Amino acid sequence: MAEVLERVTKIIVDRLGVEESEVTLEASFKDDLGADSLDVVELVMELEDEFDMEISDDDAEKIATVGDAVNYIQAKQ
Amino acid sequence: MKLEGKIALITGASRGIGREIALELARQGADVVVNYSGSEERANHVVAEIKEMGRNAIAVQCDVSNSDSVATMVKETIDTFGKLDILVNNAGITKDNLLMRMKEDEWDDVININLKGVFLCTKAVTRQMMKQRSGRIINISSIVGVSGNPGQANYVAAKSGVIGLTKTSAKELSSRGITVNAVAPGFITTDMTDKLNEEVKEQMLKQIPLSRFGEPADIANVVVFLASDDSRYMTGQTLHVDGGMVM
Ligand SMILES: NC(=O)c1ccc[n+]([C@@H]2O[C@H](COP(=O)([O-])OP(=O)(O)OC[C@H]3O[C@@H](n4cnc5c(N)ncnc54)[C@H](OP(=O)(O)O)[C@@H]3O)[C@@H](O)[C@H]2O)c1
Repeated sequence: MAEVLERVTKIIVDRLGVEESEVTLEASFKDDLGADSLDVVELVMELEDEFDMEISDDDAEKIATVGDAVNYIQAKQ
Repeated sequence: MKLEGKIALITGASRGIGREIALELARQGADVVVNYSGSEERANHVVAEIKEMGRNAIAVQCDVSNSDSVATMVKETIDTFGKLDILVNNAGITKDNLLMRMKEDEWDDVININLKGVFLCTKAVTRQMMKQRSGRIINISSIVGVSGNPGQANYVAAKSGVIGLTKTSAKELSSRGITVNAVAPGFITTDMTDKLNEEVKEQMLKQIPLSRFGEPADIANVVVFLASDDSRYMTGQTLHVDGGMVM
């Protein structure tokens, strides 16, 4: 868990230019972290590369918060 | 040379306009993926011509209306060349008929290849181009997509659709350094127009202020411009290259 969260957090901080402290499990990409729809698409792409997995468009649409992303990745690993 | 070090994928590059675009982009320094549907030999010939110029090229078979096949083609491109800078959506067919006579499969085939094909290829390359934070997408529409044309309801709908798709993809992708523009050719001498009868051709010629039919090179030159840095401040536009037919 901790390790996945760490890697996810790093990607979010790099991509969205937010502070690490803002990246909580509850944080919504769009509402709290200032991402637009295209940013979220890109984040998902980077997560796919980082964790070497494919996230279908249907699944990607359900990822709204940091916690959603972390849970999804853990379930798939 | 305007395109040194660039990698370009051109759909329907075995013949006609696409072939000339592939050769011209290579002359300008690009390495090229030559896509074809059925004409393997002709595609291999285009590859050989490009290699003679000292550029690299591969031929890839793919039906642009099939999403799996498109994904495989783009993967092969990235695996071979490591990146992709330019996509030219050129593949297209005609199945002309009067609206009243047009069969559903004539409608579907043309929409699937000429419009859905552009969507599928664009979608498939954007991942790579977004990562690169740069890219050029050039869609070959048609002047009849602007003006309408009797006997081509399917084709005109597809080509107008391409213009709308060009504008929307331009807006969606601009923040990632990707530009999307279209070219609307008039009457260009290729296999596609060769099958029209002389009477139709003569009628057409009367409507062309520059009083000649276009050649594939007339389109390829404009595609080079849209693929190069010279057009960096343009996106979402449709350039009419039609000898002045539609103003
Ligand atoms: N000629 C004109 O006057 C004119 C005017 C306006 C717009 N355009 C547009 O310009 C583009 C090229 O036209 P053209 O005159 O050069 O046509 P063309 O000589 O008939 O060549 C068509 C090309 O498209 C390829 N193609 C067809 N179906 C395909 C598919 N499902 N998947 C992948 N490739 C496919 C063909 O490959 P194969 O050889 O393997 O079949 C061929 O390379 C088209 O989009 C056309 O609508 C042409």
